[in-house]
Amino acid sequence: MSDETQFDDRFRVPPALDETNRFFWTSGADGRLRFLRCAACGYWLHPPSPWCPECGGRDVAPEAVSGRGVVHSVTVNHQAWDGDQTPYAVALVELDEQAGLRLTTNIVGVDPELVTIDDRVHVVFEQRGDVYYPLFELDPDPAPAFRPDPDRNSDR
Amino acid sequence: MSAFERRSIISGIGQSAVGRRLGRSGVDLTIEASLAAIADAGLDVADIDGLATYPGASPGGEAFSGPSSPEIQDALRLKVNWHSGGLEGPAQLAAVVNAVLAVGAGLANHVLVYRTVTEASAQGAGGRAGIGVGGAGADSIATKGIGGVLQWSIPFRAYSPAIWLALVAQRHFHTYGTTSEQLAQIALNQRRNAAENPNAVYREPLTLDDYFASRMIATPFHLFDCDAPVDGSTAFVVSRAEHASALDHAAVGIESVGTALKGRPSWDQFDDMTTMAARDAGAMVWTRTELTPADVDVAELYDGFSFLTMVWLEALGFCGKGESGAFVEGGTRIALDGALPVNTHGGQLSAGRLHGFGHIHEACVQLRGEGGARQVAGAEVAAVANGGGPIGGAMLLVRER
Repeated sequence: MSDETQFDDRFRVPPALDETNRFFWTSGADGRLRFLRCAACGYWLHPPSPWCPECGGRDVAPEAVSGRGVVHSVTVNHQAWDGDQTPYAVALVELDEQAGLRLTTNIVGVDPELVTIDDRVHVVFEQRGDVYYPLFELDPDPAPAFRPDPDRNSDR
Repeated sequence: MSAFERRSIISGIGQSAVGRRLGRSGVDLTIEASLAAIADAGLDVADIDGLATYPGASPGGEAFSGPSSPEIQDALRLKVNWHSGGLEGPAQLAAVVNAVLAVGAGLANHVLVYRTVTEASAQGAGGRAGIGVGGAGADSIATKGIGGVLQWSIPFRAYSPAIWLALVAQRHFHTYGTTSEQLAQIALNQRRNAAENPNAVYREPLTLDDYFASRMIATPFHLFDCDAPVDGSTAFVVSRAEHASALDHAAVGIESVGTALKGRPSWDQFDDMTTMAARDAGAMVWTRTELTPADVDVAELYDGFSFLTMVWLEALGFCGKGESGAFVEGGTRIALDGALPVNTHGGQLSAGRLHGFGHIHEACVQLRGEGGARQVAGAEVAAVANGGGPIGGAMLLVRER
């Protein structure tokens, strides 16, 4: 069970919404996470950019992803930068849709010390006004078959 | 055709007073360092015909940025043929590389290059501020929101490079088995070196127990993995190589530079999160010289956080990829009397955060044989690295005969 009181009332610096990022930050209104995707070759672009580096396509538009991914790295922050003394987990989550498609985010609903690299996660949204912050929770039943090969070349 | 690097030398070096809270202006500190460097180069202020700084006026605020180049040009009434400043480029090294390019291209004969910080005074008695919270512009950011690249980290309470780099370190630890005991050796080695540097801000002994007893910032970084903000200015004069014969000390030659950046310049999208930009800058250095890592006598490798020094050890080929933990294990290899003395002045962790320029200065001190109790005997080749993370720059400096 997620313990929402662990994060719901915390301070967050909001993103400044504009025409290029509004789709991303408001995407969670229907429970889906979206990134820009190239219509020609299917490459996902993040942060938003008007040119596909894979095929040179210019036709890019927001498209929903599964919201599932894996913890690429995670740190437990202890410094009270925003006045909050409670440790919290900052992670890099790599989405299942594409190698290297990553978000810096928080892993919530769990003791941050228990989050480890290669954990399977899924998106949850924290709404504040117009903004839906895409955060992640650990999958309740990690499926080992979907774990990436821990081979050392996996970074490439 | 000889490389452009060989058309220049670092003819003079200067450093202001360095301290935790000097209460002096950035211009005042810059003038002190600049006059020392100009005199050291055997020149007068009127001989300076080029000016470069990193970064000069920037969104980071005055305490981080230092005085702009127009401010220093005006204060010294310089008549320059070329001038430059800015935050973008191969990290702090950009200012030096730009000066070497300008001299090599014939735009200037003697370029004054400086980097000034007053971050200790700005910090005051409080703790170190995160970006968007408590620091410069925080009130405006809280109401208007944060844009640009920082929107991908700050809203997730990743307020500091300490957190961004912690993610890099954690991935390295996970992939290669690197340990906190190994990481601690960077801090311990540099505190030992700082004891021999009268200008270092932290010189009292530091033990492994002290290290582990210090508070955690963001795993795996303890307090002693983070550099110490100071007030201070460092200046150099980059001159045409022909000026070497006019000096009363050894000239420092620029053997090669590493300015490459081939991965995405991003804290979360870089292809290999265990190396990031250091990989490309470090590799490039060896493409522009006949020297090899085995020829390097001292290595002054950026340490905004301890882990960056380990990244640079790998990126510059002093050990294999993923092997920096084993390389620094026990600390003997990187000690002043070790096979590769590292951050001989104490680095930013113990000598103070002069933001890359302290490393360049120390490389020159060592190559000129002026290191006193911390001098590495016979130092003729020095590796210098600045930055790390999404931007980085490196160079090899040599003692000219």
